[in-house]
Amino acid sequence: MDRIPILRMGHFLLVTIQIDLYDRLATNLESDLVQMVNKTGARGVLIDISALSIVDSFMGRILGNIGSMSKIMDAETVVVGMQPAVAITLIELGLELKGVSTALNVERGMELLHAKIGSVEGELIDEDEDSAE
Amino acid sequence: MKMKIVLNKDSMQIEKEQDVVPFRNRVKEYAVKIGMGVVNQTKLITAASELVRNMLKYGGGGMVLIEAISEGRDNGIRLTFRDKGPGILDIAQAMKDGYSSGKSLGIGLPGTKRLVNEFDIKSAIGEGTTVSIIKWKNG
Repeated sequence: MDRIPILRMGHFLLVTIQIDLYDRLATNLESDLVQMVNKTGARGVLIDISALSIVDSFMGRILGNIGSMSKIMDAETVVVGMQPAVAITLIELGLELKGVSTALNVERGMELLHAKIGSVEGELIDEDEDSAE
Repeated sequence: MKMKIVLNKDSMQIEKEQDVVPFRNRVKEYAVKIGMGVVNQTKLITAASELVRNMLKYGGGGMVLIEAISEGRDNGIRLTFRDKGPGILDIAQAMKDGYSSGKSLGIGLPGTKRLVNEFDIKSAIGEGTTVSIIKWKNG
């Protein structure tokens, strides 16, 4: 079955969505990500949607769900790279992407994640050694 | 009153969620062909995506007609979604912001209407629902 790869980078999980998602792929991503947050103890999730040409209400709900679920698991979510036309359409459609932080690009998204979890970063780095599985 | 002339058309059967992405791609091809800009393209494709999902969810799938049309100097894309589902009991209510009979966000129909230039819905209980939208190239 098709899956969107989830990369682990330090305390963060990175997802780059390169294709237009059909529903099953999107719901799989949602559950895979939450499981990965649980398994790795990740503190942040960065989702790059720069290759997505549209975000409809279904996809918006998936992004919102990922944000809320991760939050419950003590991880922050940042969605980056939204195309201007997608942003215009989302607002006109009436979708606010509640509970999800956004940043212009991957670099700023990483900065935002670092800032959000900044206070606990120090102690986590020390623990990094024993996280191998 | 100006006449709408159909320049080109195509129809697609939508039966399962995997049909959604190829359908969106076909709509995009049509929009690109008439020279529609990226923002209007995105609005049209998003509206199409919302309506095709509704059709799958409430109508059990159906048929979509994609047409490149022209009216005077204006070119546009018209999409007609036809299902043989249970129909909508109260269209006025379904068109209200915040209303949803399913477990979606409830922005479906009114949100979709805001994205396009013309929006028409007809429904008969027990017979099905037909939704028709038009996005003008410069609309």
